[in-house]
Amino acid sequence: MTKDPLSAVTVALKPSGIRKFFDVVNEMPDAISLGVGEPDFDTPWHIREEGIFSLEQGRTFYTSNSGLMELRQEIDNYLSRRFGVSYDPKNEMLITVGGSEGIDLTFRAMINPGQGEEIIIPQPSYVSYEPCAILAGAKPVIIDLKAENDFRLTADELKAVITDKTKLLVLPFPNNPTGAVMERKDLEEIVPILIENDIYVLSDEIYAELTYTDKGHVTIASLPGMKERTILINGFSKAYAMTGWRLGYACGPEAVIAQMTKIHQYAIMCAPTTSQYAAVEALRNGDEDVAEMRDAYNQRRRFLMNTFKKLGLPCFEPYGAFYIFPCIKELGLSSEEFATRLLMEEKVAVVPGTAFGDSGEGFLRISYAYSMEALKEALGRIEHFVETLRSTGA
Amino acid sequence: MREDILRILEKNSRIGIDELAIRLGADELEVANEIKAMETEGVICGYHTLIDWEKTSIETVSALIEVSVTPQRGQGFDSIAERIYNYPEVQAVYLMSSGYDLLVNMEGKTLKEVASFVSDKLSTLDSVVGTATHFVLKKYKDHGTILAKKKKDEREKFVL
Repeated sequence: MTKDPLSAVTVALKPSGIRKFFDVVNEMPDAISLGVGEPDFDTPWHIREEGIFSLEQGRTFYTSNSGLMELRQEIDNYLSRRFGVSYDPKNEMLITVGGSEGIDLTFRAMINPGQGEEIIIPQPSYVSYEPCAILAGAKPVIIDLKAENDFRLTADELKAVITDKTKLLVLPFPNNPTGAVMERKDLEEIVPILIENDIYVLSDEIYAELTYTDKGHVTIASLPGMKERTILINGFSKAYAMTGWRLGYACGPEAVIAQMTKIHQYAIMCAPTTSQYAAVEALRNGDEDVAEMRDAYNQRRRFLMNTFKKLGLPCFEPYGAFYIFPCIKELGLSSEEFATRLLMEEKVAVVPGTAFGDSGEGFLRISYAYSMEALKEALGRIEHFVETLRSTGA
Repeated sequence: MREDILRILEKNSRIGIDELAIRLGADELEVANEIKAMETEGVICGYHTLIDWEKTSIETVSALIEVSVTPQRGQGFDSIAERIYNYPEVQAVYLMSSGYDLLVNMEGKTLKEVASFVSDKLSTLDSVVGTATHFVLKKYKDHGTILAKKKKDEREKFVL
């Protein structure tokens, strides 16, 4: 008798994104890709240099499970100064391997597997919430966000899915892939519902530094009554262009962080030491770099918005992250058909909105983490493609 | 607004007014007027091209010359600086804070041309009391631009 070597739960998970489509792109070296969800900037040199220095000094040991105390203190300073929330570096904070680990840990620390406990996940959103929720033994409950609400989560949408099994809401703003943000007034609408129903929030704020309004990012943890029920996830990847360093952090109530730290301790041990030393420098002396990159992204964002406006394709104005999410429904192709033909006919790769949930149908994610030159070339080709579609009617 | 325009122009002076306006979320006319005003006020002093002459068939020699001078009464360093910067082969002249007084950046066709400029023109000026000439062997970075190598986008084609 042979045993199945694989986990049925894992096998049943959907593969990330649209594998077939991605494989085609990788075989086309001359294609221009606008499909990358990471900064095109290098990590600022003074931050890289601090990482190199830590290696020179032989700091090649493990740090404490929770991460360098020095770094946790800097994170507290940073969150206080930028977003008006403060966390005890000793008990309310954990340094993780990217923001992604924090998502996984939060679910596993909070969910009783197989009890039907529900995690609400608004989509379109980052691809890992749903599989991580399933792996943690929760039941994912999807909210399909709507273009007419600028892809913000509304109180009515939230109320409609709450049951007595609802444990956690994932709040993925600023949003990948839509670029949507939740402003203070939007958050204030949902807070009473969360408190009344005793629902916790995983607030994924990895794009917090990349918002393009005067008001900037507001964390739900800063609203009255919310800090004690919010697990705030953030990291260094997007703000400081440090994706490859794999460094993030989770802040939240001591009871939850303690359980997350336990799993982290057994599964990971600690986040990379070199990255932690570099991150201390990022938080101490990196504000100007962040502002400079934000400015550059904002200029590209305006350029793309302008191009799509001229092209007559509807696109709500995204105020966060580095994506625009235009609607292609009028052209009569599905997102995947559009993306595939655009790739074949014009050699430009964009991500079909459906990679981020069914509600992404009819939309494309276009990343502007590219140089203006690359964007201009790619947009020229997209314009040509759309005009061809319109003139031939197919 | 001015600073935003300048930051973009400093890196790319060939950008069109239309694109500049789009990127800054501003009105074209307003941007054009600001640029015009900054040209008149001497904030914008010129639009140049950064060339790596090493990659061309034209030979050039570049030197940094430290110049010690005796400042002149009532003029300070300005009049001697002017006598030096009027030579067209002089690219830049800076008044320095210590060690010596003026730093002169000079471009010539040959080593000999630079040498004769220093010995015949510079050293013979009345108030110049000493010079030290440093020849540039290789330019790695100039005007904030790395000349040595062009960066390639090595990221994956897709990251969700």
